[in-house]
Amino acid sequence: MRSSLSHPQVDAASFGRALLDPQSATPDGLTGPDGQTAPKRFNVYRNNVIVSLSEALGETFPGVKTLLGEDYFKALARAFVTAHPPLSPVLIWYGAEFADFLDAFPPLQAYPYLGDVARLEWAWLQAYHAADAAPLDPARLGEVSPQQLGDVCFTPHPAAHMVTSRWPVWAIARANRFEPDEAGAIDLAEPQSVLITRPDMDVNVFLLRAGGAALTMDLLQGQTLADAAGRAQEEDGSFSLSDCLSDCLAAGAFSGLLLND
Amino acid sequence: MKHKAMSAAIVAGAVATAVAGLSSTVPAHAQAKEKCYGVSLKGQNDCKAGPGTTCAGTSTVDYQGNAWTLVPKGTCVTMDVPGGRHGSLTELKRDLPEA
Repeated sequence: MRSSLSHPQVDAASFGRALLDPQSATPDGLTGPDGQTAPKRFNVYRNNVIVSLSEALGETFPGVKTLLGEDYFKALARAFVTAHPPLSPVLIWYGAEFADFLDAFPPLQAYPYLGDVARLEWAWLQAYHAADAAPLDPARLGEVSPQQLGDVCFTPHPAAHMVTSRWPVWAIARANRFEPDEAGAIDLAEPQSVLITRPDMDVNVFLLRAGGAALTMDLLQGQTLADAAGRAQEEDGSFSLSDCLSDCLAAGAFSGLLLND
Repeated sequence: MKHKAMSAAIVAGAVATAVAGLSSTVPAHAQAKEKCYGVSLKGQNDCKAGPGTTCAGTSTVDYQGNAWTLVPKGTCVTMDVPGGRHGSLTELKRDLPEA
């Protein structure tokens, strides 16, 4: 009979706590083949947990990683992993709280756009793994009678996401992830909002024009076309419904339309 | 607070303009891609979708039959690779790495 079987079992809660806190002692009852407590073996396991989750975070947020550099990101990821262990065994869903964590992380207060870059990258991954669906054919709108067009609502495409930002989040993400060679000057005073879609196999990130963010947001939330357009116009005098609606349709933001009676 | 809705006539006009504009141009998503097996050079296959899916760049032989890369839609099966081989929309048994 193996001696370890006679040792008291380690409960999951204290095992989990000790895993994420390098200062804490190896839990009692965790033994090697010699029957003694096995701190070296436990440390190897502890390190693998942190490192694998940090690497997962780096693959989900490559733009943030580029902005901060390898070393900083590694240390930051360690802090995040310790504070936010996974809530699901599915690795592609790990990191939902990372954007909020960046916003609240005191050493990064001088880089307030990082959180929104992370939101964009998170939305990219959600769009990638969203259900497949055919985007709405714009010709369907041509079949609606002109009197009823204002009452039309759209069904959001499963992969459609929006990120609105006070910062030039599209330009920063483009320069640090999507098209690093095309990067032009970035004006930190320019707020940008993006629409993220995946009508087919590739995820697309579109910069929205004036009033486009308000319109797209309302339409994705199920407002009628007339209400959404009215609000967008109040928000931005230069708003063009035909241009902004055209952007949404070309991007594949919707999968269907409904007539509100 | 209730915002003022846009009038039906203006909405109808704008929708007509948007729809007409879209039908005359190729929408962004029409530049579709397809998965094409057996055409990528070793180490250059696609598949990068965040953590847990790290198979990108893992093919070990040129034109490996079970590794794919994204190519413009409709171009895969006509793609020639050296030696009279072609791309395929499904996995191929040729050019597999030795086990």
